[in-house]
Amino acid sequence: MEFGPYLMLAALEGAVTAAVLALMAAGLSLVFGVMRVVNVAHGEFYMLGAVLAFVVAGMAGGGALGFVAALVAVPLIVGALAVAADVTVLKRVGYDPERTIVATIGILYILQQVTLMGYGPDARPVAAPFNQRIALPWVEWGAGGPSLYWPWGLSITSYKLFVIGAAVVVLALLWILMTRTRIGLVMRATQLDRETAQAFGIPVERVYALVFGLGAGLAALAGVLIVPIQQAHYLMGGDALLLSFIVVIIGGLGSLPGTLIAALLIGLSDGILSVFFSPTLAKIVATLLVALVLVFRPQGLMGKPAR
Amino acid sequence: MNARILALHGGLLALLLALHFVLPVYHHGNLARVMVLACYAIGYNLLFGYTGLLSLGHAMFFAAGMYGMGMPLYHLGLGAELAFLAGIAAAGGLALVVGLLALRTVGVAFMIVTLMFSQAFYLAILLAARWTRGDEGLVLAGADRVLFGLDLTDPDIRYLLALGLFALCLSAALWLVRRPFGRVLVAIRENPERAELLGYDIFRHKLAAVVLSGMFSGAAGAAYGLMFGYVGASFAEVHFSIFPLLWVLLGGAGTVIGPFFGVLFMFYLIDISSGLTPAYMLVAGVALVLLTLFAPQGLVGEVRRRWLRWLP
Repeated sequence: MEFGPYLMLAALEGAVTAAVLALMAAGLSLVFGVMRVVNVAHGEFYMLGAVLAFVVAGMAGGGALGFVAALVAVPLIVGALAVAADVTVLKRVGYDPERTIVATIGILYILQQVTLMGYGPDARPVAAPFNQRIALPWVEWGAGGPSLYWPWGLSITSYKLFVIGAAVVVLALLWILMTRTRIGLVMRATQLDRETAQAFGIPVERVYALVFGLGAGLAALAGVLIVPIQQAHYLMGGDALLLSFIVVIIGGLGSLPGTLIAALLIGLSDGILSVFFSPTLAKIVATLLVALVLVFRPQGLMGKPAR
Repeated sequence: MNARILALHGGLLALLLALHFVLPVYHHGNLARVMVLACYAIGYNLLFGYTGLLSLGHAMFFAAGMYGMGMPLYHLGLGAELAFLAGIAAAGGLALVVGLLALRTVGVAFMIVTLMFSQAFYLAILLAARWTRGDEGLVLAGADRVLFGLDLTDPDIRYLLALGLFALCLSAALWLVRRPFGRVLVAIRENPERAELLGYDIFRHKLAAVVLSGMFSGAAGAAYGLMFGYVGASFAEVHFSIFPLLWVLLGGAGTVIGPFFGVLFMFYLIDISSGLTPAYMLVAGVALVLLTLFAPQGLVGEVRRRWLRWLP
C-alpha cells in the first residue's frame, strides 16, 4: 500500500478510538466539572461495561438481539452501581478531592478484582450485530487525470462506522441534556456554585449521585461499543483511564467541547502514531506531554483559567 | 530529645533485633522484607504525612533506586557499595527534576502529574529493554551481592542489614521531623499561605521534601534489589505507587513509626488473602475504602489521637 491510503486507514482506525474515547472522557469530564472530584475508578466502569456486555449478550441468546440488549441494559446497570458507590462511599467522605481519589482507587481495585473472581482472567469477544467489510476507494493520478481505485486492505467495517455514529448521537444528546433541559440547568447551577444552588432548593446530593451515575453510564456505553472490536478483559480499564485522563486534561478539565476536540486529537494521533512508531514510545511522549500541559497550562487548551 | 520518644523508637528496634533470634524461618524472611519496604513508606510519609503532598508516582523513585543500583552492578560490574549509592543518587536526581516540574501544581493536579511521570518512567523501562530486559528484569548474581564482605544471600545477614537500614531511616526521619525543618513542613501542610506569610520559602521546603522522600524511596529500592537479587519493571507499576499510600494511611500519616506498622499489617493481610484467592488486591481495595471512611488517621494516628498525644 502507498503512503496516502495507509494514512487514511490509520486515520479511520483513529476515528473509532476517538469516538469511544470521547464518550468515556465526556463522562469523566462531567463528573469532574459538576462534582469537582477525580474519579480514578472511571476506567473500571468502562471495563465493567465491556465485561457485562459479554454476560448480558450471552444471557439474551447472543447475536444481534444480545448486543442490543447489552447496549440498553449495561449502561443502566453500571450507572446504578455507580450511584450506589456514590451514596455509600463518596457522599460519606464529603467529596473531599484527595480522599475521593484514595476512595476511588479502592473502588477501582474492588471492581477489578471482583471481576477477576467472577469472570476470570480470559479476554472474551462479543459478536458484532453486523460486520460487513466496506472497501474504500483512493484517488490515483494516472496519465489520463485522476481516477478512483480500490487499494487492497483499505477498508472499514460497517460496525466501526456504527460506533462513530453512535458516539456522535450520544454526545449530541448529552449536549442537549446539559443545555436545553431542566435537569441540565440544575447540573450547571450545581457546577457553578454548590452552596447557592443548595440555598435555592436544589437537592445537591441527588444531583451528585445522578451525575456520578451518568458519567459511569457513559463509560459503560463506551465499553459495550468497543467489545466487538476489542475483547473484554478485566485489566482493560487502566489504559482507557489513562487515555481519557489525557483527553480531559488537554481539553481543559470540565469543558465538554474541549474534551471532544481533545478526544479527536488524541484518538487520531494515537491511531496515526502507533501505525508509524513504536506504541510504547508514542505512549511515553503522550504521557509526558500531558504532564507538561498540566504543569505549564493547568487550565488545559480550552478551559478557562482558574478564578 | 524526649526520653519516652527515645524509649519507644529504641524499644521497637530492640524488639526487632530480639525477634531475629526467635522467629521461624518464614516470618524471619517476611520481616526483613517488611523492614526494607517500611523505609519506602517512611520516605513516602515524609512527603504525604508531614508536607501534605499526595504523590501517586512514588514507584518511579523506588524503581530509580533499584535500577540505579542494578544497572551499573549488572552491566558495569560496579561494587555493591558504590552501586547502592548510585541508586540513591539516581532516585534523588529524578526526584529533583520531577519536583521542580510537579511542584508548580497543587492538589489534584500534583497527583495526576506525578502519576503521569511515573507511568512514563515505567514505559521508559520497558522501552529500554536492551539494557533493562523489560518485563523480565535483571537477576543479580549471588557473587555480586556482597556488601563490605557481607554475603547478602545469607538470610541472617539480610535480616540484620535490613534492620540496620530501617534503624537508619527511622532515626533520620525522627531527627528530621523534630528539627525546625520538619516543623516548617508541618506548617506548610496545615496552612501554606500562613507559612509563606511567616517568611518561609515554601517552594524550597517542598522541593527538599520531595528530594529527601525520593532518596529514602530510592534507598529502599536499591536495598530491596540487592537483598533479593531481582530488579524488575513490576516495581515501577502503578500498584507500587499505591502501596506506600496505603501503608502510610493504614499506619498513620504524619507519625514516625506508623509506616512500619502499616507495612507489617498490609503485608500479612495480603500474604494470608493470596493463599485464599488470586484476587488478593481486593483486600487492598476494601482496606482503602474502609480507611477513608472510618479511620483517616490510621492505626498509630488513632492511638495518638486517643492516648499518646506526644507521639512524633
